[in-house]
This record gives sequence, C-alpha cells and structure tokens, in this order.
Amino acid sequence: MSARERILQRLCERADGALQAPVSDFSVVTGRNWTRQERVEHFERWISSVHGEVIHCSSTNWTGVLATVLRDKRVERLALGREHAIAREAREVLDAGDVELVDVDRDVDGWRRELFEQVDAGLTSTLGGIAETGSLWLWPTVDEPRLLSLVPPIHIAVLDADCIDDTLFDVMRRHGWADRMPTNALLISGPSKTADIEQTLAYGVHGPRELVVLLRQ
Amino acid sequence: MSQPVETFTPQQFHRQSREALANPQIRANFRKAMDGLMDKRRDAFAEWQLEELRQLGANIRLRALAHLPDLLEQLEARCEANGIRVHWAEDGEQACRIVTDICQRHGARSVIKGKSMVSEEMHLNAHLEKAGIEALESDLGEYLVQLNEQTPSHIIMPAIHLNTDEISDIMHDNTGTERTRDVDAMTAAARAQLRERFMAADVGVSGVNFAVAETGTLCLVENEGNGRMTTTVPPVHIAVTGIEKVVEHLADVPPLYALLTRSATGQHVTTYFNMISSPRREGEHDGPREVHLVLVDNGRSNIYQDDELLDTLRCIRCGACMNHCPVYTRVGGHSYGTTYPGPIGSILMPHLMGLDATRDLPTASSLCGACGEVCPVKIPIPDLLVRLRREAVGEGRGNVPGAGSKRTSKEVAAWKSWQWLATHPSAWRGATGIIGKLRGLAPAHIGPWTEYRTAPKPAAVPLHRLIKQYRKEGRS
Repeated sequence: MSARERILQRLCERADGALQAPVSDFSVVTGRNWTRQERVEHFERWISSVHGEVIHCSSTNWTGVLATVLRDKRVERLALGREHAIAREAREVLDAGDVELVDVDRDVDGWRRELFEQVDAGLTSTLGGIAETGSLWLWPTVDEPRLLSLVPPIHIAVLDADCIDDTLFDVMRRHGWADRMPTNALLISGPSKTADIEQTLAYGVHGPRELVVLLRQ
Repeated sequence: MSQPVETFTPQQFHRQSREALANPQIRANFRKAMDGLMDKRRDAFAEWQLEELRQLGANIRLRALAHLPDLLEQLEARCEANGIRVHWAEDGEQACRIVTDICQRHGARSVIKGKSMVSEEMHLNAHLEKAGIEALESDLGEYLVQLNEQTPSHIIMPAIHLNTDEISDIMHDNTGTERTRDVDAMTAAARAQLRERFMAADVGVSGVNFAVAETGTLCLVENEGNGRMTTTVPPVHIAVTGIEKVVEHLADVPPLYALLTRSATGQHVTTYFNMISSPRREGEHDGPREVHLVLVDNGRSNIYQDDELLDTLRCIRCGACMNHCPVYTRVGGHSYGTTYPGPIGSILMPHLMGLDATRDLPTASSLCGACGEVCPVKIPIPDLLVRLRREAVGEGRGNVPGAGSKRTSKEVAAWKSWQWLATHPSAWRGATGIIGKLRGLAPAHIGPWTEYRTAPKPAAVPLHRLIKQYRKEGRS
C-alpha cells in the first residue's frame, strides 16, 4: 500500500466514527451595504494605514498624474505591459518623454537580472479593490506578469473607484472566482514590509518599498 | 555571536525555562513583544462581531475535518488537473525524501525557502544539507535565526527573542554587514543579500496557509514578498503542508484569513495574499514550470481518530495562544524545545514526539484559559492540556503515543490510599485524629512546593469534628 492509501485509510476508518459537519453562517463577512463613497473612503483609510499612497485622478487625466508621479519619484526606467488599455494609454503619453519604457511581455529567463537591478518602477492595472481591507486584487497575465508588481522598488497600480467591492468574500462571489481561478491570484495591500527586527516596521524588505494607487473616479 | 549555539529539547523544559527566566534580556524581549501583540489584536477586532466570526472560523475548520479524506482526494484531483504534482508523506522523513528527490532530479544545488513551520517540523534543512543542497531561509526573521544557527522562538515571529543590537551583531558576524541600530539599513542589507539568492535558487520551498479543495489552490499569507519571490522566481516550486490545512470551498478562505491576520499580529490584512493554482501555463512569461504539493501526515491522522483530540487539527497557526500565554511570555519559545512552542505546541507536540519526550509540556500552563479565549477557531486548549495530563499518567484512553509514561507507582499508591481513606468514614476519622495529634512532626520542606510557600500544617482539630461541636452547641 502506498503512503497515500495508508493515510486515507486511517482517515476513513476513524476510531470514533463519522463526523457531522456544522452549518457555516457567512453573514459576518458580507452584507456591508456601503455606498460607493463609503467604499472609496474605507479603501483609502485602510490602504493608507499600511503605507499605501492613494492619488485621486480621473479616467481622462490619469496619465498626466502618472507622469508627475514618475518625475517626483525620479523614475528613469518604468516596466509595463503593452496590450492592456492602462499600458496603451500610459505608453501614448510617456513614449515621447524622458522615462525609458521597459517591455515585460517576454520570458523572464532572458532578462531576470535586468528586471531585478535596473527597473525603477512597475505599472500594472488591477481588477478591483476591497474596501474593508484596503486591498487591490490582481490576476497577473501574459501582458502583466507576476513579477511586475513584486520586483521593481515602486509599484504603481491603477484602480477604478467603480471596481471596489465591500469585502473579499463579496469579490470572490460576485466575480465567480471559484469557477475560473488563474495561475496566480493576488491581493496586494500596501508595500512589502517586515517587523522581524524587534517589531520595528520597515518597508521594502523583498518587494516594493512604495505602493502608489492611482484611484480613478 | 550574541547567543551561544544551543540545542533545546522538550526533555529539558524545566532547565531551559529556569535559564530563560534568569535571562533579563530574553524576558524583556518577550514581555515587550507580547504586550504589544495583545493590544494590537484587541484593536484589530474592535469593529468586528468577534464571537460570530470565531464561530464561523471554527465551523469552517470543523466542516473541513468532517470531510477530510474526501477533501484531500478532491484537492489532489483538482491540483493534478491544474498541473500541480501531489505527493503524500506519512512522516517527516518521507516528506524530506520527496523534497530531496525532486531537488536532485533537477540537479538543484540551492533551495530558497519561504516560511514553513511544517518544514521545520520535518527538519528539512538538515536533510537537504546532508544531500549537499544548500537551503536558505528568506523570511527576514527566519534568515536571521538561521544565520545565528538557532531555531524559531515563535511561529509567526521567528526572531522575536532577539533585539536590535543582537541582530546587528548577527548580521555583522555572518554577512559582514556594517554594525548599525538602523532597522531600515539592516533590512536593505538583507534585501540585497537575498535578491541574489532568489535569482540563483534552483528550487523554491514554501508552506501553505490554506489549501482549497474546490479549486486546487494553495494560499500563502505574508507581508515581506519573500513568499511570492520563492513561489515565482525559481523554476521549481515545492509546497509542503500538513494534511489538516485543507478547506472545502474558496468562500471558506475570507473568514479564516480575516481571523488569521488579526489574531496573529493585529493586522487588518497582510501585504500579500498569494493564491497559486497552477505552474506557469503555456505562453506565460514567469512563474515556476513545475509546482509540487507535499501532503504531510506526521501524526495528524492519529490525532484525527479521537473526538476530543481532533480539535487540535482546527489550528490555523496564528500564534495568538502563545502571545496571550503567561507561561510563554516568561519562558520564551526556546524553553519548550519543540518546533511549535506555547499552548498549541503543548497540545500538538505530544502527538508528534510522544508524551514520554514531551511529558512536561501539558503541565507548562496555569490553565488560566487565555489561550482558549483568544483562539480564532475556538480550540478548547485548556481542556486538551488536561486531557494530555491524564494521558501522561495513564488515566486517559491510552491513544496518544507515550501515554502512561509519567505514571509512577508511588503516586498511584498515594491516590489509591487517599481514595480508600476518603470513602471509609471511620478510618478517615481515625486517621485525621492521629494526624492532628502528630502535627508537630509535619515536615517543613516538601519538595518544590515549599520553594515559594510555607508548608501546610494539619489542623489540631479536623473540620468534621468542629462542625459536630458547633451543631451540638446549637450554633448551626
């Protein structure tokens, strides 16, 4: 018998007999019924509390705001996708500027060291936000791979205020996650941090030191 | 080095506790940390219907355990369908062999690790090292503890026993980092050191916080990003987890995640919640090309047999029980000499190592009840401690390894005599009468009891006789 069969047999032939499963009442993690304005406020309050920087903008002026952010933070090389509307619009504005644009739609094996050492910031879209915890949710794609939101020291994420849901439970249910989980689904709430040295908070331990959310109203 | 390299064992719990209690540095470090964590947890739940949420957490875990064999098979089927290879290990040794074999098949020389208590439990690093494979911890706390050749002293905050100066020394002595008290500078140095290692690693090894049977998804909770690095950068990712970590539905995850982060560190959310459902798919540009899941039993299926002990398996490893334990706060994590310290360790480790080796752990509690009150999944830890005390002296069901190892004929005889005396009134009266007359001979020192207390002295006149006298005199 294999280890698998022996383990499963022990579990199936339980000495104290079969177990009854209690009913789960999920009402405590849903039903917030917040208004759009409340969702935005909750989101901003919580993500700011963990060092996330929220910049309000609109769907028409956001690229200008992005250019300002890049200038203020002295970003010289920005990694970004190509297909997503976010990347397309950003490229239109930035193509003529001083910031060098780095394509990420290529196998990381060919440019790992460059990604780790020579990119100042990564720009990504988001699929939505979570008001209760101040979280962004991202499903990395071929166009915006997993490391884009992790390796560069600054992560700039674009979020539409209309895409903020109340709770994680609501997001999973409303967007049917269980039927279509991607390779990697991510919640991101603030920049990378640690408190492992005597409980003193420090940012950017392995991932980005800064998270900037361009919140489009 | 700031602390001598030392091997802690549960057999030496008493000696290790005495030494920790005599070390003002360790006591100060833990006191400060635990006080802060208790406050943070309380604040984090301030806006919540905490009891409803804890009940939901407990019910979700109970449901997962009720269907455990089915859910493990479903998890396996879903993972395999997604391209994740699933392996089963009956004990730590088998699990280590599985991981080592995968590494060797890929000719791996270096492994980078995300935080995993199960890998600590199975002593994976030592096993890999024996096979000539270097295993490097990437969680900052784990990294520091590994540099100092120690083991974690807390399951969430592995380096909680070290203060800033000690860490500065450790980094200086082992990596040549300039001595500093600046936490940002130390963090930046570790970032630079570990980034090289992420790029060079052949295999990434991580733990799992929740494994979702419905979708075949591995969930990892973290703040640093080292977990995402470990599971994304190297070409192979191996996740190791205890078989009890499975949950039925994806919808079961949000309540458990809400409970976990708030109970552990008082955070309303962690920086990253990383959900992995497959290796790199055709056309994708990053992520490991192979993902393996190792399901480790290591004593868990034995715990599973017993209706009362089963509750041990509800645990989501938040560490709140140790943060709130007056014993843990004073003696620190290393005193226990086990992978999992504190109250959860005291109810889990006896099953993994046997009650003979861990006989002192179930008694390392004042039964104040704090651990049970804060447990996010309502594990009745004090009841389980009492049950294991009974098992240790052979008064339980005898289904825990090492049961009865603490039983002594002297103690059994003493209780038997007392029982006989207390159920035979005339003998009791005779005995208490004699004892009362001989009270001058009562010893002034009786073992550890009188280290901090005066010895009890039998009364000259027993209570029974006093009551009789009162009644006779009509004063009742």
